[in-house]
Amino acid sequence: MAKDYTQMWSSIGLNLKGHDGLLTVLTEAYKGIYLSQKNRPKGMDYFDFVISEVHGLRIEEIFEAKKSGKKVIGTFCVYVPEELVLAVDGVCIGLCAGADVGSDEAEKYVPRNTCALIKAFLGFKLAGLCPYVELTDLIVGETTCDGKKKAYEIFDEITNKVYVMELPHKKGVDGRTMWRNEIKRFADKLEELTGNKITPEKLLESSRIVNAKRKALQRLSALRAADPSPISGLDALLINQVSFYDDPIRFTAKTNELCDELAERIKAGSSVAAKGSLRVLISGSPMAIPNWKLHAIVEGSGATVVGEESCVGERNFRTLLDENFSSVEQGIDKLSERSLTVDCACFTPNTERLDNIVEMTKRLKAQGVIHYALQFCTPYMMEAFKAKKTVDAIGVPFLRIETDYSMEDMGQLTTRVGAFLEMMQTRVNA
Amino acid sequence: MIVAGIDIGSRYIKFVLAEEGHIIVAEKRETGHDPLNTCRDLIDRTAPASPERIVATGYGRYLMEVHGNIPTITEIKAVARGARAVFSSCRTVVDIGGQDTKVISLDDKGMVSGFEMNDRCAAGTGRFLEIMARTLGYSIEEFGASCESREDKMRNAIKINSMCTVFAESEVVGLIAKGIPRDEVAAAIHDSIVGRVMSLIRRVGADDDIIFAGGCARNACLASLLSERLQKPIHISETPEMLAALGAALYAAS
Repeated sequence: MAKDYTQMWSSIGLNLKGHDGLLTVLTEAYKGIYLSQKNRPKGMDYFDFVISEVHGLRIEEIFEAKKSGKKVIGTFCVYVPEELVLAVDGVCIGLCAGADVGSDEAEKYVPRNTCALIKAFLGFKLAGLCPYVELTDLIVGETTCDGKKKAYEIFDEITNKVYVMELPHKKGVDGRTMWRNEIKRFADKLEELTGNKITPEKLLESSRIVNAKRKALQRLSALRAADPSPISGLDALLINQVSFYDDPIRFTAKTNELCDELAERIKAGSSVAAKGSLRVLISGSPMAIPNWKLHAIVEGSGATVVGEESCVGERNFRTLLDENFSSVEQGIDKLSERSLTVDCACFTPNTERLDNIVEMTKRLKAQGVIHYALQFCTPYMMEAFKAKKTVDAIGVPFLRIETDYSMEDMGQLTTRVGAFLEMMQTRVNA
Repeated sequence: MIVAGIDIGSRYIKFVLAEEGHIIVAEKRETGHDPLNTCRDLIDRTAPASPERIVATGYGRYLMEVHGNIPTITEIKAVARGARAVFSSCRTVVDIGGQDTKVISLDDKGMVSGFEMNDRCAAGTGRFLEIMARTLGYSIEEFGASCESREDKMRNAIKINSMCTVFAESEVVGLIAKGIPRDEVAAAIHDSIVGRVMSLIRRVGADDDIIFAGGCARNACLASLLSERLQKPIHISETPEMLAALGAALYAAS
């Protein structure tokens, strides 16, 4: 790392020794998984840089923003509207954690059989390893699954700054009304916290920023699906992960620059995988940074991940916000309508997700679907059953995987994915 | 053409040398701490004639790919081929190995059409069986025979419920402490493994003929319980642990 941030980390109360260890592990993993890839697009340099400064420059930026009076809002879920945070000049940071860190500490508060994502966000805080959490003025939880819901109570005891939005679990009239009111209450909360009033102009401006980010990610999703792929699934996943904590305007510009390059690469036939490589869609639980485990196995076995039917993926950018509103109240209606198009497994019924899996499989020409559930992530583990039935019906091979952030099952997973790819190849050859 | 298949499992390395589909050499050795050397040894010294082509499979297959530039296939594909070579009408393979349990379904041409594998933990695998045999003071050879004739006692007897090897072991220790005869405990352990395998079988289905493969197929108690639960005959080759290595050798030939 170019610059010494020790003083900054120490001033925000990080556990310096543990933090050094974390950065060393992260840097090594990144080298092994990312930098070892061949013929990557030049535009990935920016994202490599962002990762190398994940706890450095970006933290310094947020630090500066705070000094200028801006508030930092941490979120965990794509249902929480980023537009409102930007409309009060706040900084919005996705806090979801994707590494096995501090789980011993977390297990003092939550049962052992809690999903890895929940353990990690508690663990990062308890072990003093996440500068983002330390810089937040408000942490926004949401009632998606039972594990998160109850973990936020504990997280509030530890941090004293958790605000929970009540997400309905059915998308009927009552659920929609409730969610609309929750979004209004959240807007009020943000105004109160920042002292800034949300105006229609401000909300429209922030909506354009977030929509532009979604459009850039949609563009990436379309370009990566070319055969042969101009960019690896690993890199595309990384960009999706970075979208949750980078400055949104800069992120959009850099992603669009990369997309321009990808379009050129497609024309020139420059690719990261051989034409005709097996194409895999991954569907299921979110893969928060730095969770690259399954992509690394699939692409390490010679196939290409062509898309993520996931919150860190298509669910985050599939639908744009309708910018056709002239008052804040109307804007809030639109925000609530848009977020309820997201098809999280915490909803019942959730047939949209099954339709979207089929749609993505066809659009991205996936030859196999791997259903990925974090162990103990009950909603996705349960939905795997319906997902399998749906994918079976369109005659595409389906593999169900449950795992966590640890590396102990790498051998088994490699065998399962390997056998799945062999099976896909047999079908392609037939 | 002389070909070889080598299956680097978690507990044993299995080696098959074949010529025109006939097995010339079949040998297994403990995997130990230096599997690469064991593999080299098997290839160099066991073979009366050196194989023209080798294919590696099993948990440690990448060792051979990296150090020997030998092509690899997964043990799922390999065992399916091996089972089909021995039993030409095979449509289902139940393979209980050292650390994995797999149920594989084959289409009418013998290609893998679906499979299920145990998640993460070792309960329901050969390793689990070894640990439990040790806890009860049996050798692994005695263990399967210890409860073979005790099916009558199993029906309403004790159950092992734990999903994890460590907890199951303490459950077993608890049963011993209660004074339950060890052959009854052994029967319950076998029953719990078969229960675990049955849940995998229910997911992929079990079309005839069903082949029981892997080292654990040598355990008579597991075999009879499995057949009883399935209410179908199951078939076991003379060397069930060699099927994946045989499959690899057959792929080497093609």
